[in-house]
Order: sequence, then structure tokens, then C-alpha cells
Amino acid sequence: MTEQAFLTAQGLSVTLGGRGVLHDVSLALSTGHLVALVGPNGAGKTTLLRALAGLVASEGVVFVGGSALSALSLRERARRFAYLPQGHIVHWPLPARDIVALGRYPHGATDPARLTPRDAEAVGRAMQAADVVDLGERAVTELSGGERSRVALARVFAVEAPVILADEPTSSLDPRHQLDVMRTLRVAAYEGTLVIVVTHDLGLAARFADQVLVLSNGRLVSQGTADAALSDQVMAEVFRVSAYRAEYRHEAVIVPWDGNSG
Amino acid sequence: MLVPHLNRCKSMGKAIGPWRIKMSIPNVIADIGAGSRRRSGIAAALVVLVAALFLASLGIGPVRLSPLAVVDALSGGGTDVAQVIVREIRLPRAVLALAIGAMLGLSGAALQGLLRNPLAAPSLFGAPQSAAFGAVLIIALGLADVRSYALPLAAIAAAFVSVFMLLVISGRNAGLLILILAGLALSSLAGAATALVMNLSSNPFLVLEIAFWLLGSLEDRSFHHVMLALPFIVAGAIILFSQRNAFRVLSLGEEAAQSLGVDIARLRLWVISGVALGVGGAVAVSGTIGFIGLVAPHLMRPLIGQDPARLMLPSALAGSALLLAADIAVRIIPSTSDIKVGVLTSIIGVPFFLYLIMRERRSLSSGVVA
Repeated sequence: MTEQAFLTAQGLSVTLGGRGVLHDVSLALSTGHLVALVGPNGAGKTTLLRALAGLVASEGVVFVGGSALSALSLRERARRFAYLPQGHIVHWPLPARDIVALGRYPHGATDPARLTPRDAEAVGRAMQAADVVDLGERAVTELSGGERSRVALARVFAVEAPVILADEPTSSLDPRHQLDVMRTLRVAAYEGTLVIVVTHDLGLAARFADQVLVLSNGRLVSQGTADAALSDQVMAEVFRVSAYRAEYRHEAVIVPWDGNSG
Repeated sequence: MLVPHLNRCKSMGKAIGPWRIKMSIPNVIADIGAGSRRRSGIAAALVVLVAALFLASLGIGPVRLSPLAVVDALSGGGTDVAQVIVREIRLPRAVLALAIGAMLGLSGAALQGLLRNPLAAPSLFGAPQSAAFGAVLIIALGLADVRSYALPLAAIAAAFVSVFMLLVISGRNAGLLILILAGLALSSLAGAATALVMNLSSNPFLVLEIAFWLLGSLEDRSFHHVMLALPFIVAGAIILFSQRNAFRVLSLGEEAAQSLGVDIARLRLWVISGVALGVGGAVAVSGTIGFIGLVAPHLMRPLIGQDPARLMLPSALAGSALLLAADIAVRIIPSTSDIKVGVLTSIIGVPFFLYLIMRERRSLSSGVVA
């Protein structure tokens, strides 16, 4: 990596309820990359995302854009990290546009009905990028799963943060919408954002990510390009599967194949 | 590896096209304008309704006065008798109904916003019952005169403890069932504690007085009572209203709200404090008046929409209107002895609560409207 890393973590450890969930994770990531965070269930992927954004107490140091995370106020953190939790939950049937406008909250736009021109523009751009302009007036609870995931993405884009942390944005979506979401995130990375995506889909990770991080039992065990990070050895030891590998239209294809009995 | 992605980006850029970007931005602003005009219109209509009920409350009673006579008496004209009736007997009562109703509506809307749950309300969580226990304890122990500030302070402290306990017991992201069970347990506990105090009291007249006071009434209140309750109610209302925009962000769940810069722990503390101040202050002068906090936001949802931040002010106005109307109704309904307003709000409120439970049956198990 030649360019200066935008997000670094050194010796990041998290203990939840007396149990160590994350152990001594160190990483350095640059903007303009899409990073896939993979690992078996309970490996600590969500916890790592939350620790990076400062949403859970952790030991170790996180630097984002040259400042220590611990020195930043809640609002300053919120402007640097746009966080998309699992499930795209919305508790009230608000119009999609108001949900997207909540992404401007860290910038002081507390009321979606009173956006400054700058905030309204950011909301417009985000709705454009996630292709939800036509859903603006509809209540999010009336939308299909695919539409709701796009609204959630638009909300995250509206923050216009240098780092996007997305926790399983493709889970419970059909294949077409999974590809839509990954493509949209890919575009965001191409435009200069650091996008970190937690996923269980190694195929999507291999195809869309510049860099793959493999977590196992709270430790970072492998990282690099998809082929390097998801080597046969990692697939066998971490995921307990073998992998079918191929190339299709110049893109890497990895398909988990047989469960590994040993 | 980046080459195919680059191609994809280019093709997407073409599909979107720059013209749609220019179209969408003015649209966003125009849509917002229409919605907010409609909401302002509804708020204005509510203000008119509250004002009309306020005037009616000053005119209705054993001596009926026309709205014109009421305005006359308020501004210092009319007969001396009319002036005394309007300004000293009925005005404190109307002011209390206005303030307490608004506070209960606001507390309900705030709790529903904080817990992302349409079945949240102070009276379902035992806050008024606990506040009443605090006040009863002070009275029964003879610690203070019923007209001293010790009464609202004890009520506020007890209400604070009960709402705090409720949030501790139910934990983060509490489902509907846990909240309601915890609320039921807490209000039963407060009721039992109040019963114990009355049970142990050696003064039967005091017990009778407490029993009637617990029913909830605004009758025979003076400006002394208004001064006793109003500062706390106003402080509580300001606290709750100032947190309204955080409730909207909470629609996304606590984790997402926190990631957008909402300090959840501090928000919870503010809401508990605001509800305790308002409900404690109200209960100290009126006894327990329940279900306004549950009903008011529900009446407003079909008109205003589901946005928890926008519901706050209309819910306060609806709460005022409801309590003013209920307090007028108890004066009109013919009966052998006077009906207490707290009894009336419960008689109407509990069936409404049952209706809401039936309507929300589907989400009862999950507690999430998804």
C-alpha cells in the first residue's frame, strides 16, 4: 500500500460480558477501497465494526484521518463513520426521504423539514446514488426488502463520511439486490470512500473487494487480495470448507464447495 | 482487478445521468414544504380548540357564564361575583387542566419515541402511581404540610425512581411484552406501597382524604396549587421537548442513532428526568390522572403522521384538550356525588388501551414495527 492509511487500528481488543470477543487486532486501511470483512459466525466481525466506529468500549488505539478516535466527540465520530447496522430496522413508518435526511443529523440537520440547501443537496445526491429518488414520499415500512435496503444505503451515503461501515448489507436480499447493493458500495469506494463490508458471502467478497480481512475467534488471521486472503489453507482452517476457484470476465470467482470433515 | 469495476462505474454514471440529479433536489424541498404547511394548519386548529375549551371550562359550573361574560370577567369587568368565580375558582382549575394535560400528552409522546413503542405511557409504567406513593408517604408521615413544596419533590423523586427502574429492568431494545409486564409490576408495587401506608395510618380522616385524592381531581384548586406544580411541569416539558429530534433518529434503532451522534445514555436520563418532573409535579396537586399520555399521541398519528419528533407538540395540545374536556364533562354529567376527573380518564382510557393491544397484537411478540 503506497498511499497513507486513513483508518488504522493498533492492538484493538474488546471484552463483552467478561468474554474476550476481539483480540489484538491491528489494521491499516486507505480511502477509495472496498474492504470485505469475513469470518465464521461469532468471529467478532460486527464487534470489530462497532469498535472502529467507537460504538463499543475497546482497548487499543484507532486513528481516523489523523485523529485519535478517543479524542473525537460523538458528533465528530458520526461525521467520519457512516454505520449501517444489520437488518435495516425502522421502527416508525417514516417517509423514505426523511430516513435519508437523518444521515445529515451529524452535520446539524436535526429536522428533515428544515434542511439547508447544502444538506438538501447531499440528501438528493445520496438518494440518487442509491436509486431511491422515486421512493421519497413512501413510508419505509411499505417498501420491499430490496427497496428498504437501498433506502438504508442512501441514509448512509447522506452522511458523506470518509468511512462507510456496513454490517451484512446483503443478507436477506435476493441475488439481484445483493449485486445492486455491492455495486453501489463499489461506486462509493471508487469515488473515494473507504467502504468496509461485513459479509458471509465469500463470492461477493472475492468479486467486489479490493482487500479481504479474515477474522477467526476474534483475531485477524489473514488479509490481502481475495485470492491471497482466502487461500486454500484459510478456507480449510477458518471456514472448514474447500473452495472452487475460477475466473469469469476477468473477475475472481470463489465458491465454497465441500464441508471439510477434518 | 480495478479495471472491470471502473467500467461498471462508468456505465452506471451514464444510466443515472446528470439531469436527474438537478431534478431531484428541488423536488425534495418542495415536498417538505407541503407537509409542514399541513402540520402547521393542524397545530393551529388544535390551539383554537384548546382555547375554546379553556373558555368553556371558565364558563361551566353551578353558575353558567357565557363566553362573553367570561372574557369580561377575565379582563376585570362584569360583576364582582362573576370575577371571583372566573378568576379565583375556575381559572386555577383550567390552568392546571391545560398544563397537566399538555405534560401528560408530551410525556406519552416522549416515552413512545424513546422506546419506539406506541404502547408506552407514564400511567402504564407506574409513574403517576409511584409519584402518588411519594406524596402519600409525605402526607401520612406528617413530614410536611400538603401545601408545601415537599409534596411535589417527593412525588418527583418517586416518579424518577419508577421510570428509572422500568428502563433498567426492561434493558436495551426492550420488547413490548417486557415493558408492559415491568410497568404492571411497578405500578402494582406502588399501589401496594400506598395501600400499606394507608393501612398503617392511625388517622381515618386522613386515609379517606388520601383515598379521594388518589382518584385524581382538579376541583377546588387555587393559584397556590398552580404555583406548586407549574414550575416543575414547565421544566419537564422544556426538557422533553428539547430532545424531540433525537427521537426521530432513534427510529433507526439505538445502534444507528448512536452512530449518528445521539448520546443514548444521556437521552434516557433526560427523558426520565423530564417525565418525573412533569408527572411528579402534576400528581402532587391533582392526584393520579391516567391514560391521557397514551391516548393523545394516538389521536394525533392519523393527522400528523408517525414521526415521533413532530408528534410532540400536537400531543401536548391534544393532551390539554382531552383533560380540559374531561374536566368539563365531570361538571356536566349528572350524578349524586361529583365524579373525579381521574376516574373518568381511566374509564375511557382503559378500553382504549385494550383496543390498542388488539390492534398491535401482531407486533406484541417482536416489539418491532418492521
